[in-house]
Amino acid sequence: MTTQYLLAGFGGQGVLFAGKFLAYLGLTKGKQVSWLPSYGPEMRGGTANCSVIISDDPVGSPIVNASDVLVALNLPSLDKFESAAKPGSTIFVDSTLIGRKVNRADVCAVYVPATQLASDNGMASLANIIMMGKVLAAEDEETVKAALVKAISAKRADMIELNMKAFRIGKSQ
Amino acid sequence: MSDKVLMKGNEAIAEAAIAAGCRHYFGYPITPQNEIGAYMSKRMPKVGGVFLQAESEVAAINMVYGVAGAGKRVMTSSSSPGISLKAEGISYAAGADLPAVIVNIQRGGPGLGGIQPSQADYFQAVKGGGHGDYKLIVLAPASVQEMASLTVKAFELADRYLTPVMILSDGTLGQMMEPVSLDFPQQQVFEKPWALTGTKCARPKNVVNSLHLVAEKLEQKILARYERYKAAEQNEVMCEEYLMDDAEICVVGFGISSRVARSAVNAARAKGIKVGLIRPVTLWPFPDAALKAAAKKVKAFICVECSMGQMIEDVKLATEFSKPIHLVCRSGGVIPSPEEVVGKIEELMINDK
Amino acid sequence: MKTVFEKPKSLSNVPLHYCPGCTHGIVHRLVAEAVDELGIEGKTIGVAPVGCAVLIYEYYNFDMAQAAHGRAPAVATGIKRADPNNIVFTYQGDGDLASIGMAETVHAAARGENITIIFINNTIYGMTGGQMAPTSLPGQVTQTSPYGRNPSLCGYPIKVCEMLATLDGPEYLERVSVHNVKFVRSAKKAIKKAFENQVNNKGFSLIEVLSTCTTNWGLAPTAALKWLEEKMLPYYPVGVYKDRSKVQ
Repeated sequence: MTTQYLLAGFGGQGVLFAGKFLAYLGLTKGKQVSWLPSYGPEMRGGTANCSVIISDDPVGSPIVNASDVLVALNLPSLDKFESAAKPGSTIFVDSTLIGRKVNRADVCAVYVPATQLASDNGMASLANIIMMGKVLAAEDEETVKAALVKAISAKRADMIELNMKAFRIGKSQ
Repeated sequence: MSDKVLMKGNEAIAEAAIAAGCRHYFGYPITPQNEIGAYMSKRMPKVGGVFLQAESEVAAINMVYGVAGAGKRVMTSSSSPGISLKAEGISYAAGADLPAVIVNIQRGGPGLGGIQPSQADYFQAVKGGGHGDYKLIVLAPASVQEMASLTVKAFELADRYLTPVMILSDGTLGQMMEPVSLDFPQQQVFEKPWALTGTKCARPKNVVNSLHLVAEKLEQKILARYERYKAAEQNEVMCEEYLMDDAEICVVGFGISSRVARSAVNAARAKGIKVGLIRPVTLWPFPDAALKAAAKKVKAFICVECSMGQMIEDVKLATEFSKPIHLVCRSGGVIPSPEEVVGKIEELMINDK
Repeated sequence: MKTVFEKPKSLSNVPLHYCPGCTHGIVHRLVAEAVDELGIEGKTIGVAPVGCAVLIYEYYNFDMAQAAHGRAPAVATGIKRADPNNIVFTYQGDGDLASIGMAETVHAAARGENITIIFINNTIYGMTGGQMAPTSLPGQVTQTSPYGRNPSLCGYPIKVCEMLATLDGPEYLERVSVHNVKFVRSAKKAIKKAFENQVNNKGFSLIEVLSTCTTNWGLAPTAALKWLEEKMLPYYPVGVYKDRSKVQ
């Protein structure tokens, strides 16, 4: 079993961190994982994306060309990557920032007003984790927390609880 | 699993170097390898080591020459254009028989090229780069774990064979995170009686030098060096074979290309095609024997490369042109997709029928 | 019997290969004397340049490295950082230090690298047969400035001490000459001080030594010494350009 995730948004939306959290979740569960960021000029204020692969077997190419799960946090990301989603895959959309619906009929679209929820709950920087709460709604809290503890640097350990709260908000959507 | 941490390939190289006893690092900023310098600048002061941002790649490799000459483990890293600048110093280090580790996190070229991952410095690494009769031992990691373990290995090989060793990787492996275990085997200590440590007025002077004005003397030096190269060829070849037992087609790729190739092999196997993978881990010495043996079994080879086809020449030589050799390649910073490789595999199967 | 003159211990028995009248031999000896007098022979490591002094590693009894053209300050940086207890110096000519190796020179100085540099300025490339150097004087005839160095075509000589003195990094910069006994004596003092500074962990010292090149200047030894005095000294005034120990 291999799941290929593609997470995309603006630089600063925490796309790379969300991917790191996801990778640590896989690692916590004893899976093979890889995390590959886009890098280059687009890192500075433009679009950012990362490929995360979680698998029972050693990961081959770490580049996600066709996603099982696409998380789009802004419109350019949906425009760019929608066509690359596998038939039968899932696309998660931040419906606060993306005004349109998913065009494809052969995928499952999930709309979460993550940015609005983050702002309503006074956690403007955590729309990414709210989104991941929905993506990873099936995961148990203990595993999620273990992954967050690893993904968040020791210096920012005070942020773990807030991230858990954000995750639960997303999960309950 | 629990003791594994997620690290970027670049960071894994840096931490592994420190684990290998490297306490001197010199570098100059260039994308996509800046995590190495950043990591070293943080860690070196905490382990009593030296991080120095040099004024250029040229200066950095010559600082490496100085530390290596003084008998200490030392590393520099850069990306393609910066490695071109280091070529002079690498040739001098090879000529002075100095152990050092040089990391190339390749990007697209020639010229300033781009910053996306590439493997187009294969010739530069394996066939020369600098002037003169010399070889580098060249290691090609294909995972973040190997970025770490082959870095440790590189220091050992450098000391054993008295030669610069290059880690030839690329922007993908440098930037990606995978779980890494940082437990390494105990390091062998190599005596370096030739090193510049000061005579203490107790021994004749040592000279670290690549200049020999008498042609016959220079030739003797080179012949002695090539004896060590021969030993490296006999003892140090590393390659991985994957599903080769019953393979009719052999895909060959190193580094990031081998990851793509592995995905393609798995996909083709799922379609019932008998295909396997040979992944050179040492690019020099090249795994000639494994490829020659494969040539006796398979109908064809497919080389996968992020260049216009460079390693393929060594595959042709190793197999003595005995079987058809095809190329799936992308260049300029583009990585071929597993689908492109599967497409080539299927095309060969159809033509075979 | 009282010994009044002997060869410094640091000098080997290999005969020097320099042309008659060349002042490299004098400067080699001054370095050896300084090392002997400071008792640092056992921990001194020299770095040879590319140029006429390329074989200097033959002439000393202490450890030596041979560097790529212009890179001696970077190599010395590596050797020094590998073991800061050792005393590390480079010996470089004007092409090596002020042309191809200018970046390494300036940055070692800016870092205040605790090394000693002996810089031989004889206004010409000796080893390669007398080409124009970055320090060749305006009007000076060389193989590659056969009509005399024309500043409107190839610019002006680089005054290394003056330039480095603008940096905060260096501890000590002095220009000396070796065209007569009096000047040789003060050159010796400067060279010794440059090594002493390193022993005392004071940082970067560079001594620029005005020297001759009889062969490529096309002059007899005495005439060359006279040319140095008359042509070079006015353009390259001797003296201390920086000495942090003298600054309040």
